[in-house]
Amino acid sequence: MSEVNPSHEALLASTSTEGTEPNPALGVTSESPGQRAWRRLIRSRVTVAAMIFLGLLITICTVGPSFSPYDQSQQDLELQAVGPVPAHWLGTDTLGRDLLTRILFGGHISLLVGILATAVASVIGVGYGLIAGLSSRRVDAVMMRLVDVLYAFPFITFVIILVVIFGREFWLIFLAIGAVEWLTMARVVRGQVLALKNLDFVLAARASGAGFLHILIKHMLPNVLGPVIIYASLTVPGVMLLEATLSFLGLGIQPPDASWGVLIREGADNMETYPWMLIGPGVFFSATLLALNLIGDALRDALDPKSGAGE
Amino acid sequence: MLRFILSRLVQGLLVILAVLCITFVLLKTAPGSPLQSEKNIPEHIQKEWVKSYGLDQPGYVQLWRHIVNFATFTFPPSPKKPGRGSDEIIAQAFPVSATVAVAALLIALGLGIPIGALAAVRANTFEDRGAMLFATLGICTPSMVLGPVIALVFGLKLRWFNAAGWFDADDWVLPAVTLGIIYSGYISRLTRAGLRETLAQDFIRTARAKGASEAAIVFRHAFKLACLPVLNYLGPTAAGLMTGSIVIETVFQLPGLGQHFVGAAVNRDYDLAMATAAFYAVLIVGFNFVVDVLQALLNPRIGFKS
Repeated sequence: MSEVNPSHEALLASTSTEGTEPNPALGVTSESPGQRAWRRLIRSRVTVAAMIFLGLLITICTVGPSFSPYDQSQQDLELQAVGPVPAHWLGTDTLGRDLLTRILFGGHISLLVGILATAVASVIGVGYGLIAGLSSRRVDAVMMRLVDVLYAFPFITFVIILVVIFGREFWLIFLAIGAVEWLTMARVVRGQVLALKNLDFVLAARASGAGFLHILIKHMLPNVLGPVIIYASLTVPGVMLLEATLSFLGLGIQPPDASWGVLIREGADNMETYPWMLIGPGVFFSATLLALNLIGDALRDALDPKSGAGE
Repeated sequence: MLRFILSRLVQGLLVILAVLCITFVLLKTAPGSPLQSEKNIPEHIQKEWVKSYGLDQPGYVQLWRHIVNFATFTFPPSPKKPGRGSDEIIAQAFPVSATVAVAALLIALGLGIPIGALAAVRANTFEDRGAMLFATLGICTPSMVLGPVIALVFGLKLRWFNAAGWFDADDWVLPAVTLGIIYSGYISRLTRAGLRETLAQDFIRTARAKGASEAAIVFRHAFKLACLPVLNYLGPTAAGLMTGSIVIETVFQLPGLGQHFVGAAVNRDYDLAMATAAFYAVLIVGFNFVVDVLQALLNPRIGFKS
C-alpha cells in the first residue's frame, strides 16, 4: 500500500495537465479513471483492512514456511496430535506435523491455484467473449449456444475427467479448474463488446480502415478491462473453493503436500478428538474468502460507472 | 405460448444431446476403461466382457448406442455395478438428495428473503449492515467448514441428530441447515438488490403518491418484480442442489446422487457418468423453463419470448 500514494499521484497528474488540458466538464480536478477508481476503492476502511490482510497473508504464506523451524511434512510420531503449545502455535496433526507450517504451506498452494486458475479462466473467457462479440451474428449465436450447453453440464464431472486426463499435479489442476470457470467471464465480456461495438469511436476506427485485430486490441480490450477486473476478483474465491472441494474429495492436491482443502479434510476426519485440526485451516480459509469477496465487491463499486451516485 | 413451449423443448433436447456427446468424448479421451480392476482376470474372460458391453466397437457406434438407449429409456446394467442399471442407481439416490435439497431451499428462502427485504427497506442503516454482514459471512463460509462444525456441535456434542448417515427420519436436518445457511447469503443479497432497484422506480412513486402504506408498497407492488433476480438464481441452484452437493454428502455420509458424479467419472463408468450428466442437464433445462414461465407471469414486460 505504501508504494502508491494516491493523493500524491492525483496532485502530480492535476499539475501536469493544468493549463494544457483544461476540462471544464469535469470541474477543477482532473484525475484519470484509474486514480478515481483507486480513490473510491480505499474510501472504505473495511476494504483497506481486507487488502492489508490479504497482502500480509500472501506474504507470510510465501515466505513463512521457510522461516518455520519445521518442515511442512516433518513428522513427530512420538508427539502426535497436541493442541496449541508454545512450540507449535496452532498445534500439530495426528502425525505430529506442525499445523501452522502446514497451513501456511497449504495456503501458498491454495492462493497460487486461485490466482493461476483465475488467470487461465480470464484469458479463455476474455478471448472467447471478445471474438464472439465482434464476430458476425451467426458465429456469435453458435459460440454463445455452446456456452449455454456447457452451463448445463455438471462442472464437477468435467473437472474430475480433466483431472483424470491431466493428472493430479498441482500445476495441472489450475488448468482444469480454469477450463471450466470461464463461462461467465465470456458472457460478461461479450455483453460489453456488443454494447460498445456500434458506438461512434469504434465506427470511426472502422471507417479509417482499422482491421478486426486492431479494433479488438486497441478499442475493445481497454474498455472491457473494468468488468473483467471485477469479475476476475470475484472468480478467485470461487476457484479457491473449487480447488478445496477437489482436494477435500481426495482428487486435488495429494498428501503429503497440503492445500487448505486437504487440511480441512484431515481436520473434519479428526474433529471430534482434535478440533484444532479443523479450526485452524477453516478459519484461515474462511477469512481469506471473506477478504477476497469484500475486495471484489469494493472493486465493483469503485469501477462500475453506474455506481457513481455514491460520490 | 405453445410456440414458446415447443421451441424450449427442442432447445432443451439439443442441450441434453450435446451434454451426452461431450461427456462421452471426454470420458473416451481419458485413459483407462470401465473394466479395469486390480484383480487378475484371465484374458479370454476380459475379452468376453469387453464384447458383451460392446466396448470393442468403434467410438461413434458406442455413442450412438448410448443415445438410442437414453432415447428409449433402456438402461443396460453398469459394468461397474453388475446387475444394476443407471436408472436404478439414480432412482435410489435421488430421493435422498432431493429431500435435502428441498429442505435446504426452503430454509435458504425463509432466511434469505426476509433478511434481504429488511436490508433493502432499511437501506444504509445498522440493520442493513448487519444483514449484509450475515450474507457475506454465509457466502464466505465454505460448506466443507460449516458442515463439519454443525455435525460436531449438533451431532457429536449435543447429540440432537445423527452426525452422519441416512438412518432416521430427521437425518436431512443438519445437511439441509448447512446448505440453507450458505445459500440464504446469496438470496438475501439478491433480494436486497432487486428490492432496492424496484423501490426506486416510477410506479412505486405513483403508489406512494396515491397514499399506499409502506407495507402495501413493499409487498403488493414491489415484491413481485423484486423477486425476479432471486427466481433467476434459483433455477440452476435448485438443479445443482437436487443432484446432490458432493461436499455435504461426503461430510454427512449421505447415500445421495453426488457421490455417483464423482464415482462414475473416476471409475470410467460411461453409462452412469452419461446418465448422471444427462439427468443434471434435464434438471437444469427443466428448472430454467419453469423459471422463464414464472418470470413471464410475474413481469408481463418479459413475456414468452422464444
